[in-house]
Amino acid sequence: MSEPVTMMAAPMHLDFLFTPGVAQSKFLHGLEQGKFIGQRCPKCHKVYVPSRGSCPTDGVPCDEQVELGNRGTVTTYCVVNVPFAGQSIEIPYICGQILLDGANLSFMGLIQEIPTADIRMGLRVEAVWVDEADWGPTLASVKYFRPTGEPDAEFDTYKEYL
Amino acid sequence: MSTFPELTSGRRPVGVVSFAQYDNVRRESERNEVEMLMPVVAEVFGNIGITKDDVGFICSGSTDYLVGGPFSFVTALDAVGVWPPRAESHVEMDGAWALYEAWVLLQEGEIDAALVYCFGRSSPGDLREIMALQLDPYYLAPLWPDSTSLAALQAQSMIDAGMATEADFAEVASRNRRNALSNPKAQVAYDRSAAELLQEDYEVAPLRRHTLPPLTDGCAAIVLAAGDRAYELCERPAFITGIDHRIETHSLGARDLTHSPSTALAGKKAGVGKKKVDVAELHAPFAHQELILVDALELNDGVNVSPSGGALAANPMMSAGLIRIGEAAKRIWSGEADRAVAHATSGPCLQQNLVAVLEGV
Repeated sequence: MSEPVTMMAAPMHLDFLFTPGVAQSKFLHGLEQGKFIGQRCPKCHKVYVPSRGSCPTDGVPCDEQVELGNRGTVTTYCVVNVPFAGQSIEIPYICGQILLDGANLSFMGLIQEIPTADIRMGLRVEAVWVDEADWGPTLASVKYFRPTGEPDAEFDTYKEYL
Repeated sequence: MSTFPELTSGRRPVGVVSFAQYDNVRRESERNEVEMLMPVVAEVFGNIGITKDDVGFICSGSTDYLVGGPFSFVTALDAVGVWPPRAESHVEMDGAWALYEAWVLLQEGEIDAALVYCFGRSSPGDLREIMALQLDPYYLAPLWPDSTSLAALQAQSMIDAGMATEADFAEVASRNRRNALSNPKAQVAYDRSAAELLQEDYEVAPLRRHTLPPLTDGCAAIVLAAGDRAYELCERPAFITGIDHRIETHSLGARDLTHSPSTALAGKKAGVGKKKVDVAELHAPFAHQELILVDALELNDGVNVSPSGGALAANPMMSAGLIRIGEAAKRIWSGEADRAVAHATSGPCLQQNLVAVLEGV
């Protein structure tokens, strides 16, 4: 008797063309110019960056473009100590949720130029961009975020975004 | 005192009161799914003057395989806006099955209105390959049989059984595309005779281009309302007097592809044959499948089949089934029909089928 088959491999591969949409395209084109572009909800006035074109609370189109500054606050973070396939950054490194000043939605970013032991909620950070010649419609235009040296933000200023 | 159609004892009258669909297009290259859904959701509410705060339940149908992005159904909720938090669900199926879930919840009597929406893009990937992944993962999917080839096997088995000819398929396509001329949301519409269509080359024999559904990016939405609420929102609601769905084995070799016993059973359970049917909107993506469905539902010559042009006019994935329900409901609202049948299908070669009977008073 031959051995029973207990496993089979069926590799699959599919290619997709991604459509970022009108709003996200504006965000991506902003990165091409070294800017963070968000959108404001006409109803609740929250600013989303990146925006998907709709206010997830009110379900209405966000048509107003808002250019945000380069600085923000770390709302929460994770220190990555585990190596994994395809890792391009030397461990340990810090992955943080960054709330840009004037935004009502945080996004994930790499934090550098700070020892991992010193990372904390409320840390003030700024974006460090790659060379202008390399700016493109991608978050890779932002090299990483680094501390600004300002005093930490008060918990009350970001407690809604955890 | 409102009057309602006769229902199975204990059933609550639930009707389709609003319907909207996207302009079906070959490729929507500017808007993402949320941006496509927003105007459709706004329209389906706007038609009847309500907002998201007036529905007690939201149910959607879609599949992440189409865009290759995980949890696209969660982000799609941004098109509705779910604050304060509300009861919401999703089916990895055509929106017609999302409507079924909403109908079940409305039967329970806790809520009076529900939003159903669905979306599907065929353009981001190779649809024929993507559809192969719904097949059984051991014996069929690794062979990557594309959806058109499987449909061609079904059509060929009809020819072999002496049930239909290629000319019959061409007649179905010709009639649906002519019907589509009066459907402003149709993607493919023309007035060409069956004889002319038969001049086309085979795509996959015995299927010629005209027998295939278009590749469509689109989305759709419906509002269901129960009891008196239905009459508050709509002059002549399309009440669902019967709805049922049935499935056949996933093993294509174990099925008789020339017949659709699941459609026949669902149709029977939904009560299609109880009274005269004026209109039937059938979800037959491939022309030959309409012949199988007409047979399974025992629709006679007096039935106006797919006046919208059906899925041959536009075939947005995960949405073309719900659109059949919407198109059938429209004909009840207008008084053009008193009793309509709507059908939705899922899976290869009509594997799973839903049948709804809509009636106006």
